Amino acid sequence: MTGGATLGSRPASAAPTTAGPGATRPVRPPRLRSRTVVLALAIGCVLLALVALGLGDFPLDPVQVVQAAFTTDGGFATTIVLEWRLPRVLAALVFGAALAVSGGLFQTLTANPLGSPDIIGFSTGAYTGALLVLTLAGTSFAPVAVGAVAGGLVSALLAYVLAYRRGVHGFRLIIVGIGVTAILQSANTLLLRRASTEVAMEASFWGAGSLSLVGWSQFVPVAIALAVLTPAVFLVSRPLRQLELGDDAARAHGVRVERSRLTILVLGVALIALVTAISGPIAFVALAAPQIAHRIARSPGIPLVGSALVGALLLLSADMVAQHLPPTPIPVGVVTIIGGGVYLLALLVHEARGQR
Amino acid sequence: MARVAGAVGAAVLLLVATWLSITVGSRPVPLSTVLLALFGDPGATTDAAVVLDLRVPRTAVAIAAGAALGLSGGVIQAVTRNPLADPGVLGITPGSAFAVAVAVGFLGVDSASDYRWYAFGGALVVVIAVSLIGAIGRDGGSPARTTLAGVALGAVFIGITSSIVLADPRRFDAVRSWEAGALEGRGWDDLLPVLPLLAVGAVLALILTRSFNSLALGEDRAAALGVRVGLVRLLAAFAIAFLAGGATAVAGPLVFVGLMIPHVARWIAGPDQRWILPLCIVLGPSLLLVADVLGRVILPPGEIPVGIVTAALGAPALIALARRRAVIAP
Repeated sequence: MTGGATLGSRPASAAPTTAGPGATRPVRPPRLRSRTVVLALAIGCVLLALVALGLGDFPLDPVQVVQAAFTTDGGFATTIVLEWRLPRVLAALVFGAALAVSGGLFQTLTANPLGSPDIIGFSTGAYTGALLVLTLAGTSFAPVAVGAVAGGLVSALLAYVLAYRRGVHGFRLIIVGIGVTAILQSANTLLLRRASTEVAMEASFWGAGSLSLVGWSQFVPVAIALAVLTPAVFLVSRPLRQLELGDDAARAHGVRVERSRLTILVLGVALIALVTAISGPIAFVALAAPQIAHRIARSPGIPLVGSALVGALLLLSADMVAQHLPPTPIPVGVVTIIGGGVYLLALLVHEARGQR
Repeated sequence: MARVAGAVGAAVLLLVATWLSITVGSRPVPLSTVLLALFGDPGATTDAAVVLDLRVPRTAVAIAAGAALGLSGGVIQAVTRNPLADPGVLGITPGSAFAVAVAVGFLGVDSASDYRWYAFGGALVVVIAVSLIGAIGRDGGSPARTTLAGVALGAVFIGITSSIVLADPRRFDAVRSWEAGALEGRGWDDLLPVLPLLAVGAVLALILTRSFNSLALGEDRAAALGVRVGLVRLLAAFAIAFLAGGATAVAGPLVFVGLMIPHVARWIAGPDQRWILPLCIVLGPSLLLVADVLGRVILPPGEIPVGIVTAALGAPALIALARRRAVIAP
């Protein structure tokens, strides 16, 4: 194997059992470690959510948040917490998790830490779908969301078909994906130029990537769709582990390589397209979360549950920064892309050192 | 002999493309008027003004930017020996555009003669970063590594640039059409300050052609032939930054021009860089001019920015290259 997988696909750095000063220390088995990590991350999510629910023009401490949430008299604090802040906080958690799982699926599929859907640009296809629906059918919410999901899926399938040559090689899929994205970007610009002012305004707001418009009515349908996809993700996680070993080994284990690859691709794109449909493109959670989870858990491959939790934490913190740190709130997409840039530099420098 | 014929063909193509760019547009100008405006007494007619004040400068911008992008693509592909390399794909023009957006948004810079230096600086930083990332590896930088590093950096730059532009649309009104890669309204004021940068880059690149030929044999053999590999790489990085940064300053962040042109040049001229790079200079402008003319006529009455057209033309080329066996193993 040349070139293709050099950036990443590092050998499993799983159990630190190699000899050294600490070799006599009892080594925790990887499974226990990953369970501990998952538990700690989950607790972190809950605590951060409690803090996030208290932030704003009407500040509450975490205890007051809990009291407000469980009081049924419908006081002012209850309204603020349950009706205004909770949907956005939940959306940040759930969407972050979905983006991270999508990134984990793609990075395993392409055997590359940079092979995530936001780098390849599958959110562009979702944007195209959303724009088409906005132009043809108007600005009501549900059709636009469906259009975005369909656009993301169609562009990913197009990339898959174009990258297919007796199998799909990870690096080729990335490059072809970039090409497909460039074409779609041209199409998006054309659509925007032809669009009415109203549509263009709607579209450009959506294009920045923001959670500020998420209420219960937007969150619930997407959450249900994501919940439906979750069992499917667990079903593909077994062939996913086998694919990490390489195509031949996976085939020897009885995995139908191309069929699994296509399923994983469709699932990964469906996850990111669902989120993109509501919030617009939020970059780099899908890129960073799986790798961070991989490092924390010291797992052999990319841990999907750990990735989901890290993604939830990342997106919620990014959204808190976007809402409360600058004088006026900014779209969360801006925060994640700047944070992602810093992360990416660190990753590239680290990878370069490792290759020396 | 075949490559002489190819070179002549490329030159003829450039003449035809230039002619199209001057004559075709949303306002049809009769041929005789164009000729009169160019070579005779211009007079004070609107047609003559359109030709002299709008189309000729715009054509000059396209020729300069196209030549610079084509040549910088040739240099990158020669140095990295990576057939997918392109100033856009490797994040160099996005880095340059990012530097300009920062200069305009936060430093109050607002004219081409000022922001050319930011465009150059941004390009230089990315060129060096990407080549360091790519070159540190044991294998002297695999194409896949370098490409991915550049693509990822480019994605960050594009994202941050569009966030900056979206945050303050009014201040960026002038920059927005530039960011889309539109040549509409570009003129001598934008081109002249940048020409020295482009000239320095082009001279550097052409001086290095022999060394590039040796580099094609591999770094060890090139070193054995007396080529100072490190110095050549450094000078090439400067040449790329001058060319791609200058082109970005005048025409916006255009992608894929530098990807396609060197392949066409290689197809005409074979592996000799002393032929490939000059051919890139001739072929690059033709592509940009034709794309610009297409952008003017596809969607009347408006125009499509040339950057959109080159992306739509270049993306299929990228996909076709990625499907070739030689580029990506298995």
